[in-house]
Amino acid sequence: MTLMERAYLPAIATGMAITLKHFFKKKVTIEYPEVKRYLGPVFRGRHILKRDAEGRERCTACGLCAVACPAEAISMVAAEREKGEEGLYREEKYAAVYEVNMLRCIFCGLCEEACPKQAVYLRHDEFIPVFSDRDQVIWGKDLLVEDMNNRYTREAWTKEEARSLDLKRANGEATNVVPRAIP
Amino acid sequence: MEEIKPQLIKITFDGIEVEVEPGTTIMQAARKIAEADESQGYLVPPAMCYYKPLPTSGGKCRACLVRVAAGSAKDPRPMPKLVPSCITQVQEGMIVENTTNDAVLDTRKSIVEFLLINHPLDCPVCDQAGECHLQDFSFEHGSAKTRYEEERRTFEKIDIGPFVQLHMTRCILCYRCVYTADQITNKRVHGVMNRGDASEISTYIEKAIDNDFSGNVIDVCPVGALTDKTYRFKSRVWFSKPVDAHCDCEKCSGKVTLWYRGDEVIRVTARKNIWGEVNEFICNTCRFERKKTSDWTIEGPTKVKRSSVISANKYRKDLIAKPDFALKLAATQFKPIDDEREYTTDIETVRHQSIENNDKANHRSLLPQNNN
Repeated sequence: MTLMERAYLPAIATGMAITLKHFFKKKVTIEYPEVKRYLGPVFRGRHILKRDAEGRERCTACGLCAVACPAEAISMVAAEREKGEEGLYREEKYAAVYEVNMLRCIFCGLCEEACPKQAVYLRHDEFIPVFSDRDQVIWGKDLLVEDMNNRYTREAWTKEEARSLDLKRANGEATNVVPRAIP
Repeated sequence: MEEIKPQLIKITFDGIEVEVEPGTTIMQAARKIAEADESQGYLVPPAMCYYKPLPTSGGKCRACLVRVAAGSAKDPRPMPKLVPSCITQVQEGMIVENTTNDAVLDTRKSIVEFLLINHPLDCPVCDQAGECHLQDFSFEHGSAKTRYEEERRTFEKIDIGPFVQLHMTRCILCYRCVYTADQITNKRVHGVMNRGDASEISTYIEKAIDNDFSGNVIDVCPVGALTDKTYRFKSRVWFSKPVDAHCDCEKCSGKVTLWYRGDEVIRVTARKNIWGEVNEFICNTCRFERKKTSDWTIEGPTKVKRSSVISANKYRKDLIAKPDFALKLAATQFKPIDDEREYTTDIETVRHQSIENNDKANHRSLLPQNNN
Protein backbone atom coordinates (compact mmCIF):
# COMPACT_ATOMS: atom_id res chain seq x y z
CA MET A 1 0.00 0.00 0.00
CA THR A 2 1.09 3.53 -0.70
CA LEU A 3 1.38 6.19 1.96
CA MET A 4 -1.89 7.79 0.84
CA GLU A 5 -3.72 4.52 1.24
CA ARG A 6 -2.14 3.84 4.55
CA ALA A 7 -3.11 7.27 5.85
CA TYR A 8 -6.78 6.07 5.98
CA LEU A 9 -8.40 9.48 6.45
CA PRO A 10 -8.25 10.72 2.81
CA ALA A 11 -10.10 7.58 1.69
CA ILE A 12 -12.78 8.24 4.27
CA ALA A 13 -13.12 11.81 3.03
CA THR A 14 -13.49 10.66 -0.60
CA GLY A 15 -16.20 8.22 0.39
CA MET A 16 -18.08 10.83 2.38
CA ALA A 17 -17.83 13.22 -0.56
CA ILE A 18 -19.54 10.69 -2.80
CA THR A 19 -22.30 10.21 -0.22
CA LEU A 20 -22.70 13.96 0.12
CA LYS A 21 -22.92 14.40 -3.63
CA HIS A 22 -25.89 12.02 -3.74
CA PHE A 23 -27.81 14.17 -1.26
CA PHE A 24 -28.24 16.76 -3.98
CA LYS A 25 -29.05 14.35 -6.80
CA LYS A 26 -32.54 13.50 -7.97
CA LYS A 27 -33.94 10.42 -6.24
CA VAL A 28 -34.36 7.31 -8.39
CA THR A 29 -37.00 5.77 -6.17
CA ILE A 30 -40.66 6.76 -6.20
CA GLU A 31 -43.31 6.63 -3.52
CA TYR A 32 -45.35 3.67 -4.75
CA PRO A 33 -48.36 3.31 -4.63
CA GLU A 34 -49.05 7.05 -4.41
CA VAL A 35 -46.80 7.64 -7.40
CA LYS A 36 -46.79 5.20 -10.29
CA ARG A 37 -44.46 4.82 -13.18
CA TYR A 38 -45.58 4.70 -16.79
CA LEU A 39 -45.41 1.04 -17.72
CA GLY A 40 -45.19 1.39 -21.47
CA PRO A 41 -47.75 0.75 -24.17
CA VAL A 42 -47.27 -3.02 -24.26
CA PHE A 43 -47.47 -3.73 -20.54
CA ARG A 44 -49.80 -6.58 -19.68
CA GLY A 45 -51.77 -5.71 -16.58
CA ARG A 46 -55.22 -6.70 -15.52
CA HIS A 47 -57.87 -8.15 -17.80
CA ILE A 48 -60.76 -6.22 -19.23
CA LEU A 49 -63.81 -7.55 -21.05
CA LYS A 50 -64.49 -5.04 -23.76
CA ARG A 51 -67.77 -3.64 -24.91
CA ASP A 52 -68.33 -2.36 -28.42
CA ALA A 53 -69.21 1.18 -29.45
CA GLU A 54 -72.86 0.60 -28.60
CA GLY A 55 -72.04 -0.76 -25.19
CA ARG A 56 -72.76 -4.40 -25.97
CA GLU A 57 -70.49 -7.04 -24.50
CA ARG A 58 -68.21 -8.46 -27.14
CA CYS A 59 -67.50 -11.76 -25.41
CA THR A 60 -69.44 -14.70 -26.83
CA ALA A 61 -68.04 -17.34 -24.45
CA CYS A 62 -66.31 -19.28 -27.20
CA GLY A 63 -63.78 -20.64 -24.73
CA LEU A 64 -60.70 -19.99 -26.84
CA CYS A 65 -59.09 -17.86 -24.12
CA ALA A 66 -59.61 -20.63 -21.60
CA VAL A 67 -58.13 -23.27 -23.85
CA ALA A 68 -55.19 -21.03 -24.74
CA CYS A 69 -54.49 -20.20 -21.09
CA PRO A 70 -51.40 -22.09 -19.96
CA ALA A 71 -52.28 -21.58 -16.31
CA GLU A 72 -55.93 -22.61 -16.70
CA ALA A 73 -57.00 -19.45 -14.95
CA ILE A 74 -60.09 -18.67 -16.99
CA SER A 75 -63.47 -20.33 -16.68
CA MET A 76 -66.83 -19.40 -18.10
CA VAL A 77 -70.44 -20.40 -18.41
CA ALA A 78 -72.29 -19.51 -21.58
CA ALA A 79 -75.91 -18.56 -21.93
CA GLU A 80 -78.25 -17.81 -24.79
CA ARG A 81 -79.31 -14.24 -25.38
CA GLU A 82 -82.98 -13.70 -24.69
CA LYS A 83 -85.27 -11.43 -26.68
CA GLY A 84 -84.81 -7.86 -25.57
CA GLU A 85 -81.20 -8.28 -24.57
CA GLU A 86 -79.85 -7.30 -27.98
CA GLY A 87 -78.54 -4.07 -26.52
CA LEU A 88 -76.54 -5.92 -23.88
CA TYR A 89 -74.84 -8.64 -25.84
CA ARG A 90 -73.45 -8.58 -29.33
CA GLU A 91 -74.00 -12.21 -30.33
CA GLU A 92 -76.69 -14.77 -29.68
CA LYS A 93 -74.48 -16.42 -27.08
CA TYR A 94 -72.78 -14.60 -24.23
CA ALA A 95 -70.77 -15.34 -21.12
CA ALA A 96 -73.11 -15.45 -18.15
CA VAL A 97 -70.15 -16.12 -15.90
CA TYR A 98 -66.60 -15.21 -16.76
CA GLU A 99 -63.99 -15.69 -14.08
CA VAL A 100 -60.27 -15.18 -14.02
CA ASN A 101 -58.30 -16.60 -11.13
CA MET A 102 -55.70 -13.91 -10.61
CA LEU A 103 -53.54 -16.16 -8.46
CA ARG A 104 -53.21 -18.55 -11.36
CA CYS A 105 -52.88 -15.94 -14.08
CA ILE A 106 -49.33 -15.35 -15.28
CA PHE A 107 -50.25 -12.35 -17.45
CA CYS A 108 -48.84 -13.93 -20.59
CA GLY A 109 -51.48 -12.36 -22.84
CA LEU A 110 -52.31 -15.57 -24.72
CA CYS A 111 -56.02 -15.06 -23.98
CA GLU A 112 -55.80 -11.70 -25.69
CA GLU A 113 -54.19 -13.28 -28.74
CA ALA A 114 -56.67 -16.15 -28.86
CA CYS A 115 -59.77 -13.97 -28.66
CA PRO A 116 -61.56 -13.94 -32.03
CA LYS A 117 -63.95 -11.19 -30.94
CA GLN A 118 -61.42 -8.69 -29.59
CA ALA A 119 -63.20 -8.98 -26.27
CA VAL A 120 -60.48 -9.68 -23.75
CA TYR A 121 -57.47 -7.42 -23.33
CA LEU A 122 -54.81 -6.99 -20.69
CA ARG A 123 -54.76 -3.36 -19.66
CA HIS A 124 -51.46 -1.56 -20.07
CA ASP A 125 -52.27 1.03 -17.44
CA GLU A 126 -53.64 -0.93 -14.49
CA PHE A 127 -52.71 -4.05 -12.69
CA ILE A 128 -54.17 -6.29 -10.05
CA PRO A 129 -54.26 -4.50 -6.73
CA VAL A 130 -52.61 -6.14 -3.76
CA PHE A 131 -54.99 -8.59 -2.13
CA SER A 132 -55.07 -9.94 1.37
CA ASP A 133 -57.77 -12.56 1.11
CA ARG A 134 -58.33 -15.49 -1.22
CA ASP A 135 -61.86 -14.49 -2.12
CA GLN A 136 -60.54 -11.29 -3.64
CA VAL A 137 -58.55 -13.28 -6.12
CA ILE A 138 -61.23 -14.67 -8.43
CA TRP A 139 -62.39 -11.81 -10.58
CA GLY A 140 -65.86 -12.08 -12.00
CA LYS A 141 -67.68 -10.09 -14.62
CA ASP A 142 -68.46 -7.32 -12.11
CA LEU A 143 -64.79 -6.39 -12.07
CA LEU A 144 -63.80 -7.36 -15.58
CA VAL A 145 -66.43 -5.83 -17.85
CA GLU A 146 -65.58 -2.41 -19.19
CA ASP A 147 -67.29 0.61 -17.68
CA MET A 148 -68.82 2.67 -20.47
CA ASN A 149 -68.37 5.89 -18.49
CA ASN A 150 -64.68 5.25 -18.02
CA ARG A 151 -63.56 3.37 -21.06
CA TYR A 152 -60.17 1.80 -21.51
CA THR A 153 -58.29 3.62 -24.23
CA ARG A 154 -55.06 2.83 -25.94
CA GLU A 155 -53.07 4.00 -28.90
CA ALA A 156 -52.80 0.73 -30.78
CA TRP A 157 -55.15 -2.22 -30.60
CA THR A 158 -53.29 -4.65 -32.81
CA LYS A 159 -49.69 -5.74 -33.15
CA GLU A 160 -49.53 -4.31 -36.66
CA GLU A 161 -50.81 -0.97 -35.49
CA ALA A 162 -48.34 -0.86 -32.61
CA ARG A 163 -45.47 -1.83 -34.88
CA SER A 164 -46.20 0.81 -37.50
CA LEU A 165 -46.55 3.39 -34.75
CA ASP A 166 -43.19 2.34 -33.32
CA LEU A 167 -41.60 2.59 -36.75
CA LYS A 168 -42.97 6.08 -37.28
CA ARG A 169 -41.67 7.18 -33.89
CA ALA A 170 -38.27 5.64 -34.56
CA ASN A 171 -38.09 7.61 -37.80
CA GLY A 172 -38.83 10.77 -35.87
CA GLU A 173 -42.16 11.44 -37.56
CA ALA A 174 -44.66 13.46 -35.64
CA THR A 175 -47.16 11.05 -34.17
CA ASN A 176 -49.85 12.47 -32.02
CA VAL A 177 -52.12 9.47 -31.77
CA VAL A 178 -55.16 10.03 -29.65
CA PRO A 179 -55.83 6.90 -27.59
CA ARG A 180 -59.20 5.47 -28.57
CA ALA A 181 -61.62 3.15 -26.85
CA ILE A 182 -62.47 0.56 -29.47
CA PRO A 183 -60.38 -1.44 -31.86
CA MET B 1 -67.35 -77.16 -54.76
CA GLU B 2 -64.62 -74.82 -55.70
CA GLU B 3 -64.70 -71.56 -53.89
CA ILE B 4 -64.39 -68.63 -56.20
CA LYS B 5 -62.33 -65.90 -54.68
CA PRO B 6 -62.70 -62.48 -56.16
CA GLN B 7 -59.53 -61.43 -57.82
CA LEU B 8 -57.81 -58.61 -55.99
CA ILE B 9 -57.12 -55.44 -57.87
CA LYS B 10 -53.80 -53.72 -57.51
CA ILE B 11 -53.69 -49.93 -57.65
CA THR B 12 -51.06 -47.32 -56.88
CA PHE B 13 -52.14 -44.51 -54.62
CA ASP B 14 -49.59 -41.72 -54.20
CA GLY B 15 -46.83 -44.18 -55.03
CA ILE B 16 -48.04 -46.80 -52.57
CA GLU B 17 -49.31 -50.06 -53.97
CA VAL B 18 -52.39 -51.55 -52.41
CA GLU B 19 -54.52 -54.56 -53.24
CA VAL B 20 -58.26 -54.23 -52.85
CA GLU B 21 -61.38 -56.11 -53.83
CA PRO B 22 -63.20 -55.20 -57.03
CA GLY B 23 -65.87 -52.59 -56.50
CA THR B 24 -63.86 -50.73 -53.90
CA THR B 25 -63.69 -46.98 -54.30
CA ILE B 26 -60.44 -45.04 -54.44
CA MET B 27 -61.31 -43.51 -51.07
CA GLN B 28 -61.67 -46.94 -49.48
CA ALA B 29 -58.37 -48.04 -50.98
CA ALA B 30 -56.67 -44.95 -49.52
CA ARG B 31 -58.24 -45.60 -46.14
CA LYS B 32 -56.99 -49.17 -46.32
CA ILE B 33 -53.44 -47.84 -46.68
CA ALA B 34 -53.90 -45.54 -43.70
CA GLU B 35 -55.46 -48.25 -41.56
CA ALA B 36 -52.49 -50.52 -42.25
CA ASP B 37 -49.97 -47.78 -41.51
CA GLU B 38 -51.13 -44.93 -39.32
CA SER B 39 -48.37 -42.58 -40.46
CA GLN B 40 -49.93 -42.52 -43.95
CA GLY B 41 -53.13 -40.98 -42.64
CA TYR B 42 -52.41 -37.69 -44.36
CA LEU B 43 -52.74 -39.39 -47.75
CA VAL B 44 -56.45 -40.05 -47.38
CA PRO B 45 -58.59 -37.55 -49.28
CA PRO B 46 -60.86 -35.54 -46.97
CA ALA B 47 -64.58 -36.29 -47.09
CA MET B 48 -67.33 -33.86 -46.28
CA CYS B 49 -70.35 -35.63 -47.77
CA TYR B 50 -69.23 -39.24 -48.12
CA TYR B 51 -70.17 -41.35 -45.11
CA LYS B 52 -69.45 -45.05 -45.28
CA PRO B 53 -72.32 -46.27 -43.06
CA LEU B 54 -74.77 -44.44 -45.32
CA PRO B 55 -74.96 -46.23 -48.67
CA THR B 56 -75.06 -44.08 -51.81
CA SER B 57 -73.74 -41.04 -49.95
CA GLY B 58 -70.90 -39.12 -51.51
CA GLY B 59 -70.03 -37.35 -54.70
CA LYS B 60 -71.51 -34.00 -53.70
CA CYS B 61 -68.96 -31.87 -51.92
CA ARG B 62 -65.98 -32.48 -54.23
CA ALA B 63 -63.59 -32.34 -51.28
CA CYS B 64 -62.10 -35.70 -52.19
CA LEU B 65 -61.17 -34.94 -55.80
CA VAL B 66 -58.06 -36.81 -56.93
CA ARG B 67 -56.22 -37.15 -60.22
CA VAL B 68 -56.17 -40.49 -61.95
CA ALA B 69 -52.89 -40.55 -63.86
CA ALA B 70 -53.62 -43.90 -65.46
CA GLY B 71 -57.14 -45.28 -65.77
CA SER B 72 -56.22 -48.95 -65.78
CA ALA B 73 -53.57 -51.37 -66.98
CA LYS B 74 -55.52 -51.98 -70.21
CA ASP B 75 -56.16 -48.35 -70.93
CA PRO B 76 -53.42 -46.34 -69.26
CA ARG B 77 -54.68 -42.97 -70.44
CA PRO B 78 -55.20 -40.46 -67.62
CA MET B 79 -58.72 -39.39 -66.80
CA PRO B 80 -59.35 -35.96 -68.31
CA LYS B 81 -60.73 -34.37 -65.16
CA LEU B 82 -60.18 -34.81 -61.47
CA VAL B 83 -62.51 -37.48 -60.14
CA PRO B 84 -64.28 -37.72 -56.79
CA SER B 85 -62.48 -40.55 -55.04
CA CYS B 86 -65.40 -41.52 -52.83
CA ILE B 87 -67.57 -42.75 -55.73
CA THR B 88 -64.98 -43.76 -58.31
CA GLN B 89 -64.27 -47.46 -58.34
CA VAL B 90 -60.78 -48.78 -58.74
CA GLN B 91 -59.55 -50.66 -61.79
CA GLU B 92 -56.58 -52.93 -62.21
CA GLY B 93 -53.36 -50.93 -62.57
CA MET B 94 -54.93 -47.58 -61.75
CA ILE B 95 -52.50 -44.88 -60.69
CA VAL B 96 -53.97 -42.22 -58.43
CA GLU B 97 -52.33 -38.99 -57.34
CA ASN B 98 -53.60 -37.12 -54.33
CA THR B 99 -51.06 -35.29 -52.18
CA THR B 100 -48.36 -35.72 -54.82
CA ASN B 101 -50.23 -33.61 -57.34
CA ASP B 102 -50.24 -29.84 -56.96
CA ALA B 103 -53.32 -29.43 -59.14
CA VAL B 104 -55.29 -31.60 -56.72
CA LEU B 105 -54.17 -29.60 -53.70
CA ASP B 106 -54.89 -26.35 -55.49
CA THR B 107 -58.37 -27.53 -56.44
CA ARG B 108 -59.00 -28.60 -52.88
CA LYS B 109 -58.14 -25.11 -51.72
CA SER B 110 -60.75 -23.75 -54.08
CA ILE B 111 -63.29 -26.31 -52.85
CA VAL B 112 -62.77 -25.02 -49.31
CA GLU B 113 -63.41 -21.53 -50.58
CA PHE B 114 -66.60 -22.65 -52.29
CA LEU B 115 -67.88 -24.44 -49.21
CA LEU B 116 -67.13 -21.40 -47.07
CA ILE B 117 -68.81 -18.92 -49.39
CA ASN B 118 -72.14 -19.23 -47.65
CA HIS B 119 -70.92 -20.63 -44.37
CA PRO B 120 -71.23 -18.06 -41.60
CA LEU B 121 -67.99 -17.73 -39.70
CA ASP B 122 -69.69 -18.04 -36.34
CA CYS B 123 -67.44 -20.74 -34.94
CA PRO B 124 -67.19 -18.90 -31.58
CA VAL B 125 -70.94 -19.36 -31.18
CA CYS B 126 -71.32 -22.74 -32.86
CA ASP B 127 -71.54 -25.83 -30.68
CA GLN B 128 -69.83 -27.96 -33.30
CA ALA B 129 -66.57 -26.00 -33.08
CA GLY B 130 -63.77 -28.31 -32.09
CA GLU B 131 -65.24 -31.38 -33.74
CA CYS B 132 -66.33 -29.75 -36.98
CA HIS B 133 -65.17 -31.42 -40.16
CA LEU B 134 -65.39 -28.18 -42.09
CA GLN B 135 -63.05 -26.55 -39.55
CA ASP B 136 -60.57 -29.37 -39.97
CA PHE B 137 -60.95 -29.32 -43.73
CA SER B 138 -60.40 -25.59 -44.06
CA PHE B 139 -57.58 -25.62 -41.52
CA GLU B 140 -55.74 -28.36 -43.36
CA HIS B 141 -56.48 -27.41 -46.94
CA GLY B 142 -57.84 -23.88 -47.11
CA SER B 143 -56.33 -20.43 -47.04
CA ALA B 144 -56.22 -18.24 -43.97
CA LYS B 145 -58.22 -15.33 -45.35
CA THR B 146 -61.52 -15.08 -47.13
CA ARG B 147 -61.88 -13.24 -50.42
CA TYR B 148 -65.65 -13.19 -50.21
CA GLU B 149 -67.21 -9.79 -49.67
CA GLU B 150 -70.81 -10.32 -50.70
CA GLU B 151 -73.63 -11.00 -48.34
CA ARG B 152 -74.02 -14.57 -47.23
CA ARG B 153 -77.33 -16.37 -47.68
CA THR B 154 -79.68 -16.47 -44.71
CA PHE B 155 -82.79 -18.48 -43.95
CA GLU B 156 -85.78 -18.13 -41.77
CA LYS B 157 -85.40 -20.14 -38.61
CA ILE B 158 -87.25 -23.45 -38.55
CA ASP B 159 -87.99 -25.11 -35.24
CA ILE B 160 -87.72 -28.86 -35.75
CA GLY B 161 -88.50 -30.09 -32.28
CA PRO B 162 -87.19 -30.08 -28.76
CA PHE B 163 -84.07 -32.16 -29.37
CA VAL B 164 -82.46 -31.06 -32.59
CA GLN B 165 -81.48 -27.51 -33.49
CA LEU B 166 -81.33 -26.65 -37.16
CA HIS B 167 -79.11 -23.81 -38.34
CA MET B 168 -79.73 -23.75 -42.05
CA THR B 169 -77.13 -21.03 -42.61
CA ARG B 170 -74.35 -23.39 -41.59
CA CYS B 171 -75.45 -26.20 -43.88
CA ILE B 172 -73.09 -27.25 -46.67
CA LEU B 173 -75.69 -29.49 -48.35
CA CYS B 174 -73.83 -32.75 -47.93
CA TYR B 175 -77.13 -34.70 -47.82
CA ARG B 176 -75.85 -36.93 -45.03
CA CYS B 177 -78.85 -36.22 -42.81
CA VAL B 178 -81.14 -36.91 -45.74
CA TYR B 179 -79.59 -40.34 -46.20
CA THR B 180 -79.83 -40.96 -42.48
CA ALA B 181 -83.51 -40.09 -42.54
CA ASP B 182 -83.84 -42.36 -45.56
CA GLN B 183 -82.39 -45.22 -43.56
CA ILE B 184 -84.47 -44.75 -40.45
CA THR B 185 -87.82 -44.08 -42.12
CA ASN B 186 -89.53 -45.91 -44.94
CA LYS B 187 -91.35 -43.11 -46.66
CA ARG B 188 -89.47 -40.60 -48.66
CA VAL B 189 -91.00 -37.21 -48.15
CA HIS B 190 -88.57 -34.59 -49.38
CA GLY B 191 -84.91 -34.07 -49.04
CA VAL B 192 -83.53 -30.83 -50.20
CA MET B 193 -85.84 -28.14 -51.46
CA ASN B 194 -85.07 -25.60 -54.18
CA ARG B 195 -81.94 -25.38 -56.24
CA GLY B 196 -78.51 -23.81 -56.29
CA ASP B 197 -77.67 -21.49 -53.48
CA ALA B 198 -81.32 -21.40 -52.42
CA SER B 199 -81.45 -25.12 -51.70
CA GLU B 200 -82.26 -26.05 -48.16
CA ILE B 201 -82.77 -29.12 -46.05
CA SER B 202 -86.49 -29.25 -45.54
CA THR B 203 -89.66 -31.13 -44.59
CA TYR B 204 -87.94 -34.46 -44.88
CA ILE B 205 -86.02 -33.86 -41.69
CA GLU B 206 -89.04 -32.36 -40.01
CA LYS B 207 -91.16 -35.43 -40.75
CA ALA B 208 -88.46 -37.85 -39.71
CA ILE B 209 -87.74 -36.05 -36.47
CA ASP B 210 -90.29 -38.10 -34.52
CA ASN B 211 -88.38 -41.25 -35.34
CA ASP B 212 -86.51 -42.94 -32.54
CA PHE B 213 -83.20 -42.64 -34.33
CA SER B 214 -83.57 -39.07 -35.54
CA GLY B 215 -80.90 -37.83 -33.15
CA ASN B 216 -78.28 -39.41 -35.36
CA VAL B 217 -78.56 -36.56 -37.82
CA ILE B 218 -76.60 -34.57 -35.21
CA ASP B 219 -73.65 -36.95 -35.30
CA VAL B 220 -73.80 -37.32 -39.04
CA CYS B 221 -73.76 -33.58 -39.76
CA PRO B 222 -70.19 -32.54 -40.61
CA VAL B 223 -70.87 -28.93 -39.61
CA GLY B 224 -72.99 -27.27 -36.94
CA ALA B 225 -76.18 -27.20 -38.98
CA LEU B 226 -77.80 -29.88 -36.87
CA THR B 227 -76.84 -29.74 -33.21
CA ASP B 228 -78.07 -31.14 -29.93
CA LYS B 229 -80.63 -28.78 -28.37
CA THR B 230 -80.15 -30.30 -24.93
CA TYR B 231 -76.45 -29.44 -25.18
CA ARG B 232 -76.93 -26.02 -26.73
CA PHE B 233 -74.39 -23.50 -25.40
CA LYS B 234 -73.76 -25.68 -22.35
CA SER B 235 -70.09 -26.07 -22.91
CA ARG B 236 -67.42 -26.23 -25.55
CA VAL B 237 -66.31 -29.66 -26.71
CA TRP B 238 -62.79 -29.14 -25.41
CA PHE B 239 -64.01 -28.40 -21.89
CA SER B 240 -65.78 -31.72 -21.70
CA LYS B 241 -64.18 -35.10 -21.20
CA PRO B 242 -65.25 -37.96 -23.47
CA VAL B 243 -65.74 -41.36 -21.86
CA ASP B 244 -66.80 -44.58 -23.58
CA ALA B 245 -69.79 -46.24 -21.98
CA HIS B 246 -72.57 -48.68 -22.77
CA CYS B 247 -75.97 -49.68 -21.49
CA ASP B 248 -78.53 -52.36 -22.17
CA CYS B 249 -80.82 -50.70 -24.62
CA GLU B 250 -83.58 -52.63 -26.33
CA LYS B 251 -83.65 -50.21 -29.24
CA CYS B 252 -80.00 -49.73 -30.14
CA SER B 253 -76.53 -51.11 -29.47
CA GLY B 254 -76.20 -48.83 -26.45
CA LYS B 255 -72.56 -48.10 -27.19
CA VAL B 256 -72.00 -44.39 -26.74
CA THR B 257 -69.55 -41.69 -25.76
CA LEU B 258 -70.47 -39.68 -22.69
CA TRP B 259 -69.20 -36.12 -22.50
CA TYR B 260 -68.52 -35.10 -18.94
CA ARG B 261 -68.12 -31.71 -17.39
CA GLY B 262 -67.02 -32.41 -13.86
CA ASP B 263 -69.33 -35.19 -12.66
CA GLU B 264 -72.16 -34.20 -14.93
CA VAL B 265 -72.95 -35.85 -18.26
CA ILE B 266 -73.68 -32.93 -20.52
CA ARG B 267 -73.95 -34.79 -23.80
CA VAL B 268 -74.29 -38.29 -25.19
CA THR B 269 -73.12 -39.09 -28.70
CA ALA B 270 -72.54 -42.20 -30.74
CA ARG B 271 -68.99 -43.48 -30.96
CA LYS B 272 -67.03 -42.37 -33.96
CA ASN B 273 -64.21 -44.16 -35.72
CA ILE B 274 -60.98 -42.59 -36.92
CA TRP B 275 -62.72 -41.20 -40.00
CA GLY B 276 -65.27 -39.40 -37.85
CA GLU B 277 -68.02 -41.82 -38.87
CA VAL B 278 -70.57 -43.38 -36.58
CA ASN B 279 -70.58 -47.16 -36.91
CA GLU B 280 -73.55 -47.91 -34.69
CA PHE B 281 -76.40 -45.45 -34.57
CA ILE B 282 -77.92 -44.86 -31.16
CA CYS B 283 -81.52 -44.20 -30.22
CA ASN B 284 -82.99 -40.97 -28.92
CA THR B 285 -83.57 -42.38 -25.44
CA CYS B 286 -79.86 -43.04 -25.04
CA ARG B 287 -78.91 -39.73 -26.56
CA PHE B 288 -81.29 -37.31 -24.91
CA GLU B 289 -82.68 -38.94 -21.80
CA ARG B 290 -79.99 -41.04 -20.16
CA LYS B 291 -77.86 -38.28 -18.72
CA LYS B 292 -76.89 -39.80 -15.43
CA THR B 293 -73.74 -41.75 -14.75
CA SER B 294 -75.85 -44.42 -13.03
CA ASP B 295 -77.54 -45.20 -16.37
CA TRP B 296 -74.28 -46.31 -17.89
CA THR B 297 -71.46 -48.79 -17.53
CA ILE B 298 -68.24 -46.86 -18.01
CA GLU B 299 -65.61 -48.50 -20.16
CA GLY B 300 -62.87 -45.89 -19.95
CA PRO B 301 -61.74 -42.62 -21.49
CA THR B 302 -62.24 -42.23 -25.23
CA LYS B 303 -59.02 -42.18 -27.20
CA VAL B 304 -58.55 -38.69 -28.54
CA LYS B 305 -55.82 -37.73 -30.95
CA ARG B 306 -53.15 -35.49 -29.45
CA SER B 307 -53.65 -33.07 -32.33
CA SER B 308 -57.32 -32.62 -31.48
CA VAL B 309 -58.40 -29.65 -29.42
CA ILE B 310 -60.52 -32.05 -27.35
CA SER B 311 -57.32 -33.33 -25.79
CA ALA B 312 -56.47 -29.83 -24.51
CA ASN B 313 -56.14 -29.46 -20.74
CA LYS B 314 -56.43 -33.20 -20.18
CA TYR B 315 -53.53 -34.92 -18.59
CA ARG B 316 -54.03 -38.54 -19.39
CA LYS B 317 -50.80 -40.50 -19.35
CA ASP B 318 -50.89 -41.45 -22.99
CA LEU B 319 -51.53 -37.86 -24.04
CA ILE B 320 -48.34 -36.59 -22.44
CA ALA B 321 -45.33 -37.21 -24.58
CA LYS B 322 -42.62 -38.69 -22.38
CA PRO B 323 -39.34 -39.05 -24.21
CA ASP B 324 -37.48 -42.12 -23.06
CA PHE B 325 -34.28 -40.24 -23.84
CA ALA B 326 -33.97 -38.95 -20.27
CA LEU B 327 -34.41 -42.40 -18.79
CA LYS B 328 -31.84 -43.86 -21.13
CA LEU B 329 -29.39 -41.09 -20.29
CA ALA B 330 -29.90 -41.62 -16.57
CA ALA B 331 -29.27 -45.34 -16.96
CA THR B 332 -25.89 -44.67 -18.54
CA GLN B 333 -24.82 -41.96 -16.09
CA PHE B 334 -25.99 -43.16 -12.70
CA LYS B 335 -25.68 -46.32 -10.69
CA PRO B 336 -28.86 -47.86 -9.40
CA ILE B 337 -29.44 -47.26 -5.70
CA ASP B 338 -27.94 -49.95 -3.54
CA ASP B 339 -30.76 -50.87 -1.22
CA GLU B 340 -28.88 -53.73 0.41
CA ARG B 341 -26.88 -51.35 2.58
CA GLU B 342 -27.10 -51.61 6.32
CA TYR B 343 -29.76 -49.41 7.81
CA THR B 344 -28.56 -47.82 11.05
CA THR B 345 -30.96 -46.28 13.49
CA ASP B 346 -28.61 -45.83 16.44
CA ILE B 347 -28.19 -42.06 16.86
CA GLU B 348 -24.63 -42.21 18.10
CA THR B 349 -23.54 -44.30 15.10
CA VAL B 350 -25.35 -41.99 12.67
CA ARG B 351 -23.65 -38.96 14.20
CA HIS B 352 -20.29 -40.62 14.14
CA GLN B 353 -20.76 -41.64 10.50
CA SER B 354 -21.87 -38.18 9.49
CA ILE B 355 -18.84 -36.56 11.16
CA GLU B 356 -16.65 -39.07 9.39
CA ASN B 357 -18.33 -38.35 6.06
CA ASN B 358 -17.94 -34.61 6.58
CA ASP B 359 -14.27 -35.07 7.30
CA LYS B 360 -13.89 -37.09 4.15
CA ALA B 361 -15.69 -34.47 2.12
CA ASN B 362 -13.58 -31.69 3.60
CA HIS B 363 -10.48 -33.63 2.86
CA ARG B 364 -11.61 -34.23 -0.73
CA SER B 365 -12.35 -30.60 -1.29
CA LEU B 366 -8.88 -29.60 -0.20
CA LEU B 367 -7.10 -32.02 -2.49
CA PRO B 368 -4.87 -30.23 -5.01
CA GLN B 369 -6.58 -31.92 -7.99
CA ASN B 370 -9.90 -30.34 -6.95
CA ASN B 371 -8.37 -26.89 -6.46
CA ASN B 372 -7.10 -25.97 -9.87
